Amino acid sequence: MTLNDTTAATRRKRSRSSSTGKAVLRFLVTVVTTFLGLLAVTFFIGRVIPIDPALAIVGDRAPAHVVERVREQLGLNLPLYQQFYFYVRDALTGNFGTSVLTTNPVMEDIRRVFPATMELATVGTVFGALFGIPLGVLAAVKRGSIADQIVRVVGLIGYSVPIFWLGLLSLVLFYAKLRWVAYPGRLDIVYEYTFTPITGFFLFDSLVQGQWDVFWDAFRHIILPGALLGYFSLAYISRMTRSFMLNELQQEYIVAARAKGLSETRIIWFHALRNAAVPLITVIALSYAGLLEGSVLTETIFSWPGLGLYITNSLQNADMNAVLGGTIIVGSVFIAINLLSDLLYRTLDPRTRSR
Amino acid sequence: MMNSLNRRVRILSAGAALALITLAAPQAFAATPADTLVEGFAIDDIITIDPGEAFELSTAEVTANSYSKLVGLDPADTSKVVGDLAESWTVSDDGMTYTFKLKPDLKFASGNPLTAEDVAFSFERAVKLDKSPAFLLTQFGLTGDNVTEKAKATDATTFTFTVDKAYAPSFVLNVLTATVASVVDKKVVMEHAKPMTPSAEYKYDTDFGNEWMKTGYAGSGPYKTMAWRANEAVIMEANPNYYGEKPKLKRVIYRHMKESSGQRLALENGDIDVARNLEPNDLKAIEGKDGLSSTSAPKGTIYYFSLNQKNENLAKPEVVEAMKYLVDYDAIGATLIKGIGEIHQTFLPKGQLGASDEKPYKLDVAKAKELLEKAGLKDGFSVTMDVRNTQPVTGIAESVQQTLAQAGIKLSIIPGDGKQTLTKYRARTHDIYIGQWGSDYFDPNSNAETFTVNPDNSDEGKSKTLAWRNAWDVPKELSDASKGALLEKDAAKRAAIYQDLQKKVAAVSPFVIVFQQTEVAGYSSKLKGYKLGPSFDTNFVHTVSKD
Repeated sequence: MTLNDTTAATRRKRSRSSSTGKAVLRFLVTVVTTFLGLLAVTFFIGRVIPIDPALAIVGDRAPAHVVERVREQLGLNLPLYQQFYFYVRDALTGNFGTSVLTTNPVMEDIRRVFPATMELATVGTVFGALFGIPLGVLAAVKRGSIADQIVRVVGLIGYSVPIFWLGLLSLVLFYAKLRWVAYPGRLDIVYEYTFTPITGFFLFDSLVQGQWDVFWDAFRHIILPGALLGYFSLAYISRMTRSFMLNELQQEYIVAARAKGLSETRIIWFHALRNAAVPLITVIALSYAGLLEGSVLTETIFSWPGLGLYITNSLQNADMNAVLGGTIIVGSVFIAINLLSDLLYRTLDPRTRSR
Repeated sequence: MMNSLNRRVRILSAGAALALITLAAPQAFAATPADTLVEGFAIDDIITIDPGEAFELSTAEVTANSYSKLVGLDPADTSKVVGDLAESWTVSDDGMTYTFKLKPDLKFASGNPLTAEDVAFSFERAVKLDKSPAFLLTQFGLTGDNVTEKAKATDATTFTFTVDKAYAPSFVLNVLTATVASVVDKKVVMEHAKPMTPSAEYKYDTDFGNEWMKTGYAGSGPYKTMAWRANEAVIMEANPNYYGEKPKLKRVIYRHMKESSGQRLALENGDIDVARNLEPNDLKAIEGKDGLSSTSAPKGTIYYFSLNQKNENLAKPEVVEAMKYLVDYDAIGATLIKGIGEIHQTFLPKGQLGASDEKPYKLDVAKAKELLEKAGLKDGFSVTMDVRNTQPVTGIAESVQQTLAQAGIKLSIIPGDGKQTLTKYRARTHDIYIGQWGSDYFDPNSNAETFTVNPDNSDEGKSKTLAWRNAWDVPKELSDASKGALLEKDAAKRAAIYQDLQKKVAAVSPFVIVFQQTEVAGYSSKLKGYKLGPSFDTNFVHTVSKD
């Protein structure tokens, strides 16, 4: 009996530790295959797009012999499998090389453009969550009412109207007519000489350095594109909040809470929302990660020197070093945010902890 | 229901009223600093600002304002050149040696003296680096091995340049107005030079500072380039050591803005002083506004579509001719390119020596049908056109599609990104290609050569001119005329050869030339002296001042 007990215990222990090991292993395998997949896809796209990367380096009007020499230097005349081998080898050693478009090391470029995108995405997500969640809750509580309809229409517009149209329209209104916001870029050119960024997050940098006028200027520049992206994620977040809340409001504990005589406000905001918040974290994290890839159209319209523009521009010019570097960064951030939301999930939902 | 509808109406009208109030509120105008010129400009084509390497249009403007050359185009008559660094020059009797005398006491922005030694170094550097624009100099017979002999300083202020043939002096001087002939500061450049391992492809043990110069600056122009940040900005500051007329403004900033409508809004709001990439509708909107002006100048860029002679239908001479009658030039001129170009049908752009303004073709469907019948294609045929997805080429392609259909030719448009269509064009796998050609240097030979010279029409042909790209086996008399003009000493006679050549090429070539680009800019009326030049490297900003 006792013998049996101990063996059962050790077996349990072993199986638990091996399941943690398995989880770590599974995670590693996922990460490695994701990265290899990324490499293969970027390489494949870079080689099948009918663009000659040598043209990107020497420009449209270069004479033929110069183009040919550059092709040779880039190794474009090697067999494909060799090119892929070099590509993977360089990427694994952390060498993303030099961008042919900007002539800077790719990592340096990304360090410059990524904070711009991240700052914008953060403002957008904060905006989206700040307005999206209450609107979603409102819509769920007043289901079928006029408020619900309005929230739905607002969400639908945010989701379906092309962002470049909305962007231009909002520029005409808030920048050209009302002059509430500033444009173009991230800062007025007068600060080009007086402001030295530290991290590249202008709002943060200017606060740290106590330059209030720069902060205000950066704020005036970021608010419109930020709100625009925020509107887009608001549409998504409010819809999801509504459906999560509807689900929660039908649960028995809500009936129990009402029976106990708790106020409706308390029931909605403390009991129901608290439970709806768990899946909502994933929704917000995913929409944040989506914004981090950079919105090409928003960045084009607002002359925002961000990652989306950088990667698109590089891709169009077959600047594969830059595309790979950018994709790896986006991929890593995506995985990191997913992990983070998983962790948050665990703290918010005790059931996932015990499992 | 009634109640809620009322409520909605109330909310809506309250919102509308609020909007009206804010619209009517007094508007505070933003303004650019009084000592700074800010231009909104799509500068995403810049890949380097090293004058020995750069060959892009936006870069030409940046280097033109920050570097000096021996000679420059005469702004009053662009078929002539005037001295810039050079005070005077002479051509030897055999037409092979050019001797330039520099102005006295020239200085670089760095404070270093500018001597004939720097001029010689700049030539040597460009030839040895052998980047995209190097052919401009090597076409005179310069090679890495002989450049120090052929382009050398005989004393501190005398520079001699020996060419391999008795070219027309107008040709040689015109080429020397190009960016690649910009004079760089030898001392500064070599301080930043990186050692290289000589190889079969690159024979020298130094990179002549190329890596640093991609973003660095070592010139003597009216402005110093302080920084270029890709897809963001180019920042220039007045050069206190400039030997010519002092720049009026302290700073010039080119801010990358891709969107025409965005540029227009920023211009109207005073956040930029000049908008450089306005599309026709935005330009029109600006023209009527108080406090805003616009200016334009024809540029050396022509738009054309070309018929690949590898396609058996397109190779028929009657089809080639018919195509030229199947373009609605008037409609295109009146709508699609209004304000940004004018109809032009010959291969030399207006402004260059010998350019002809003849317009032999107009839309004539009946005539085209007749020609097609003669070619045995009474019922038309199907053909494709590679079109980059930007305006105005897309619009023109669609217009041509309609007019071709009237004669029974079914044109399918293959849209693509610029580099994509160009890659196909260079490989000669297109049927019809529509695009633009900008002169490599401000001399008629640039276009004459590319449109009329094709020494080897095989796929392996080394000289990949536009004639080659369209597999056009150019009639010998045309090529010969083109080459002959290059050696004609007398500028007037040279011009006459080109005029005759343009007429013949318009008749038989597979190029349907549609219009010449006009560059336009909208600008704030606060600016004084803002002008666009006749070429991309003559858009000078040092004469601009602000009220």
